[in-house]
Amino acid sequence: MRSVSEKHHIIPVWFFVGVLLLVYGVLIFVSGLAEWSNPPNTVLAELHAPVWWGGLLVVLGGVYCLMFRPGKST
Amino acid sequence: MNLVMAMYVETRLVHLSGVDLAIIAIYFALVLAIGFYLKRFAQTGEDFFLAGREMTAWVAGLAFVSANLGSLELLGWAGNAYQYGIMAAHWYWVGAIPAMVFLGIVMMPFYYISKTHSVPGYLKLRYGSEASGLSAITFAVMTILMSGVNMYAMAVVMEVVLGWNLHFSIVVSSLTVGVYVAAGGLFSAIFNEVLQFFLIWFGALLIPILGMVETGGWSGMVARIHQNFPGQDFTHMWGPMNSFANNPMGIHWTGIVFGLGAVQAMGYWTTDFLVVQRVLSAKDVRSAKLAPIIGSFFKMAVPLIVILPGLLGRAVLPMHLVPGSEAQAGQFRYDDVLPLMLARYCGPGLLGLGITALVAGFMAGMAGNVSAFATVWTYDIYRPYLRKDAPDKHYVSMGRWCTIIGLIVSIGTAYLVMRFTSMMDYVQALFGFFIAPLFGTVLLGMLWKRVSRAAGFWGLFAGVLSSVGTFSLMKLDPDRWVRVFALSPIAKPLAQAMYQALWSCVTCVVVTVLVTLVTKPRPDEELVGLVYSLTPVAREEHASLLHKPVFWGVVALALFLILQIIFW
Repeated sequence: MRSVSEKHHIIPVWFFVGVLLLVYGVLIFVSGLAEWSNPPNTVLAELHAPVWWGGLLVVLGGVYCLMFRPGKST
Repeated sequence: MNLVMAMYVETRLVHLSGVDLAIIAIYFALVLAIGFYLKRFAQTGEDFFLAGREMTAWVAGLAFVSANLGSLELLGWAGNAYQYGIMAAHWYWVGAIPAMVFLGIVMMPFYYISKTHSVPGYLKLRYGSEASGLSAITFAVMTILMSGVNMYAMAVVMEVVLGWNLHFSIVVSSLTVGVYVAAGGLFSAIFNEVLQFFLIWFGALLIPILGMVETGGWSGMVARIHQNFPGQDFTHMWGPMNSFANNPMGIHWTGIVFGLGAVQAMGYWTTDFLVVQRVLSAKDVRSAKLAPIIGSFFKMAVPLIVILPGLLGRAVLPMHLVPGSEAQAGQFRYDDVLPLMLARYCGPGLLGLGITALVAGFMAGMAGNVSAFATVWTYDIYRPYLRKDAPDKHYVSMGRWCTIIGLIVSIGTAYLVMRFTSMMDYVQALFGFFIAPLFGTVLLGMLWKRVSRAAGFWGLFAGVLSSVGTFSLMKLDPDRWVRVFALSPIAKPLAQAMYQALWSCVTCVVVTVLVTLVTKPRPDEELVGLVYSLTPVAREEHASLLHKPVFWGVVALALFLILQIIFW
């Protein structure tokens, strides 16, 4: 029978959130840099939203991954 | 601008690049991986159906609010905001916040202390099998029909927005949801709802940010709306509701306060098992009380990513959107406003994030429906009526099979709706028939120990009949009955639904009280833990102010009132 303590070893959902935000942040940030000199045909493209939004996701995702990584005692 | 012009001649609203497709594919891979990972933890009934009752208040609270943050909601309410203006925010504020706080402070202790698995389960303990059976069977049937309707609606949106094949969308989404919910049960559903919560916020928040930059802030946006639509008020919530004729919704403030706030919202947020199940997964009573209150703060903020984009659409879109029923080739519908705004501001990468948020919203909605269906079927129909004393493992196995069977029935419903599109409106209306009277039944049962077993059943039954009756009369002969039930001949369908909810709840309460007075009450000892006056609820006198759910409930209500005053 599964012990109760095993339940407490479920990786927190926040870690998965962090992984998703981190990966998405990297992809969006890099695609923003790639289109820097040739921005897409969208309104306010000159603000380069993918770069700073992707950067924000990377920072938040990184913090979540670090804080809730498997094996870290809470 | 070129992009917007291009959309006129294309059949799809947006085009995805390689990075967008990669973002969508990563999402599918991650939710499947999470499902397989969580399978090992979902071995007992409590694990599979209630996520082990070990969720923190934050996880349960985010899942609670996320279960109602599906993509149809987002697209539909952004469209409503374009059509009706900021009045659509009533469904996020007066139509949610007081009810969520009420659930947390007043009702949650009873659901939690009674250790029930579901809302019909509480009715069984409080009233017996008649009221519980009626509630369980109607909930199971309606949930699975709604799941099919959502599946079809998702496929249509994916076809219109992305140009994806209908069958492809249905098969891929249901296979994915089937695999991860059957594997991890409510664990999977909740994990996915929390992921979806973050995706929706980060996928949609850029629209209001960039929209405000483009229009020069709130006053700039209001000025543009007045310029584009002179003489119409889209930016006040309560002022235009002093009469039915003064607002585009054709509703009076009494319909919003009593129909929406006091009945329909209370019914949905406190008795719809789809949302209540998320809170039942909390690890203790305090977390269960706090979860809906945490959810209420996020719910209060949702208009930022739903209502504001709709209003911005009025201010900045070069074309005028039209009702879905009147859209001609080359015209866009109200419900297209969110994808249009997404395409306006978001290029490769950000577009993929926004579309993934929509896909995640659809899939989380489906997962919520099938997980709630599996629980109610297994614990409230199969166990009491078909197989009483099977081992726990048997019920878990039944839950996994129910998930698969539920999805197959949903797919069947989706194809049925595809052939008979008008069915969609009726299925959605059917769901509304049960929510308002159920609130009357559950609330009276919790607060008044005198209510008898027979009164619970007959009150609920009469309320449902009243709801069906008023709906049918207003549809069959609107000229005669709309003025009677909705108090004005110009009341629009949304306004009619509010008054329909109000009358059905009033009917339920009146019949319940009358039957109670002529029937014998249950002995007090059978009602301990189920009724307010007979249940010792922990008062948390020793907890600090910041740890008391009631404190945060008051803060939520104060913020809610401030918002009403700001946007009066």
